[in-house]
Amino acid sequence: MTLEELLANAWVRGLVASVLVLTGILVVAAWATWVERRVAGRLQNRIGPNRVGWFGLLQPIADALKLLRKEVLVPDRADRGLFLLAPGLLLFFAMAAIAVVPWGPGLVAADLDIGLLWVLAMSGMMLVPTWIAGWSSNNKYSLVAGMRAAAQGISYEVPLLLSALVPVMLAGSFNLSDIAEAQARDGWYAIWPPGIGLAAFVIYFTTSLAEANRIPFDIPEAESELVAGVSTEYTGIAFGLFQMTEYIHTWLSSAVATLLFLGGWHGPFLGDSWWAGLIWMVLKTSVLFVSIMLLRWSLVRLRADQLMRFCWVWLVPISLGLVAATAIWIQVAQGGR
Amino acid sequence: MTHAVFDALNPPPVADVHLDLESYDADADLMVLNLGPQHPSTHGVFRVKLVLDGEVIVKAVPYPGYLHRGVEKLLEKLTYAQQTPIVDKNDYLSPMINEQVLNMAFEAGLGIEVPRRARWLRTILAELQRLASHLVAIGTFVMDVGGSIGGGASMFMYTFRDRELILDLFEDLTGGRFHYNTHQVGGNRHDVPVGWDVSIRAACDQIERSLDEWDVMTVKNGVFRDRTIGVGVLSRDLALQLGASGPIMRASGIDLDLRRDAPYHLYDELDVQVATGTGGDCFTRYRLRAVECRESIRLIRILLEDVPEGPLCSLKPSKGPTAVKIKDGQWYVAVEGPRGEIGTYLIAGGNKGMSPYRLKIRPPSLHALATVPYLLPGHTLSDAVAILGSLDPIMGEVDR
Repeated sequence: MTLEELLANAWVRGLVASVLVLTGILVVAAWATWVERRVAGRLQNRIGPNRVGWFGLLQPIADALKLLRKEVLVPDRADRGLFLLAPGLLLFFAMAAIAVVPWGPGLVAADLDIGLLWVLAMSGMMLVPTWIAGWSSNNKYSLVAGMRAAAQGISYEVPLLLSALVPVMLAGSFNLSDIAEAQARDGWYAIWPPGIGLAAFVIYFTTSLAEANRIPFDIPEAESELVAGVSTEYTGIAFGLFQMTEYIHTWLSSAVATLLFLGGWHGPFLGDSWWAGLIWMVLKTSVLFVSIMLLRWSLVRLRADQLMRFCWVWLVPISLGLVAATAIWIQVAQGGR
Repeated sequence: MTHAVFDALNPPPVADVHLDLESYDADADLMVLNLGPQHPSTHGVFRVKLVLDGEVIVKAVPYPGYLHRGVEKLLEKLTYAQQTPIVDKNDYLSPMINEQVLNMAFEAGLGIEVPRRARWLRTILAELQRLASHLVAIGTFVMDVGGSIGGGASMFMYTFRDRELILDLFEDLTGGRFHYNTHQVGGNRHDVPVGWDVSIRAACDQIERSLDEWDVMTVKNGVFRDRTIGVGVLSRDLALQLGASGPIMRASGIDLDLRRDAPYHLYDELDVQVATGTGGDCFTRYRLRAVECRESIRLIRILLEDVPEGPLCSLKPSKGPTAVKIKDGQWYVAVEGPRGEIGTYLIAGGNKGMSPYRLKIRPPSLHALATVPYLLPGHTLSDAVAILGSLDPIMGEVDR
């Protein structure tokens, strides 16, 4: 049996793809922590980790080893089962969401026709383990954080989905690959249709910050008031999973925003090969990812009630209006479909 | 604060406010949350018992005392010359001013004058210390609002970077970065090193530039304004009744500054511009501290123009720890510290005149924390942390 015949088998193909995606995203998440710490260091007039390996590049490995060697403590009155389930479930949903993200032409583990819905559903489901962690810890700070996370997540789902509908309507598909391909024809949806696309991109980017619990929307992990939010009682690698999931989620949000609004894997140079697509995709995602970091390290945090007001008073009506405007645009400028 | 200065403010009669701090309706759906003593944002080991309705605070009960070290009792055992390094640890962000007010009380007890050069040095040290302390206050407050992983931490790093410049200056003068022991009864111990004025000017220029940059991150930032404007409003009357002083009092519209109204050191020769605010909220308190930083820089620059010559201490070099003896009597000396009126009430006559019979320290932070049960109710948990940060309490001097 040749390699090609082996890969033609759906089971083998799925296994290889999932191993590649899982390994890739774990590597990205690990070194994203290093990038963030270096970026924050530059921004704050300090150096950041530079001791372990060349430029501190082995720091993530050292951190992971340290977390793995530490005891996973379960508080006495905590709900042991749910407490230990939460971080794993959180990582599971993050991984499940990332499975349908295409990284180049054909470079996708699961090319679902409802890819975008799947991503939004899975990242929406990440609320549940966050909430479980908050409640099962039996810590008042965690409880407050869990309730905040639930309220925030449910609210911000609405503008997230509505603003993601704009490229879906323009491309006529929920498939992320199709949306990226459609932008090769129509141009970046962040630029075209003028105004509407940019507004939708800004709203999508803002709400995905809230979904990934990044400043200024990180009230579920508001460490200055809630110690460490839902992860207060977690130690060792269980705590590490929370951190890792946060980076995976941020990376996922950046990748989906790239696919929906920034033309996906299409770029002006390097041609249409799969590796060129991968380079463009990673480059664009990284730009968004680093800009999220810069935002995080230069803004202060909103209060919970201000956050909700911002969502329901501004984001939801505007994104509803954008959906309507897109429909009009398709009918008027593109003459319907 | 002298009675005349305080009476001039026409304080309202102390209201008979009965704060029912302990009881709450057990049947209501309330949650009791102990904020502190082990909490990242309580500036040390302050504990507030919060009764929460959802996230809104219904009742707040402060419990200071976790950092009690018996300093005042210790001072009764030590001789006057031994006491200066002890009070360094009270308000550990402004040890210079602790040392000054203690030694000023002893000098009042002895009835001696301090040489002009020492008074000049004390003035400049007080202003540098005020600057350093306000930098910490600004940085930690923004960190309380903005998070220790996020924009708040960046601000914290920036303020600490510039505070280092002042600590370097103190190190050049005294050899210590945190606990100096440079003041003594009758004057100062360490003389000004060569080139110190150049370093001070450079540090002042740097901090002035930074203050402009920080305004962009905070005062002109919409998120920061949303979080702080109208939060934790302290009324003028309540500030007077509770004895709040310093920036907290001035942010509530009370125009009082001991540097101008009861001058000491060389302040009577300086034209101290006292800034006041009207809002009384967290934002005003933050702004006021930033403005006071600029005023301190201005005063330091004026002081550097004319350096007086002469001796640094009016007493002969000490022959030992028992050289200073104060006759029986009572003295209260207060100065304007970074957090407000910091005072020393000395009753001399213990240990054959070599130690105080009783020495009471009036810490401004304790009176600032007295406002907590009034300020917190009605605000959310997030605001509680912001309000505590804006009060800038130092538990070392609250608990002593």
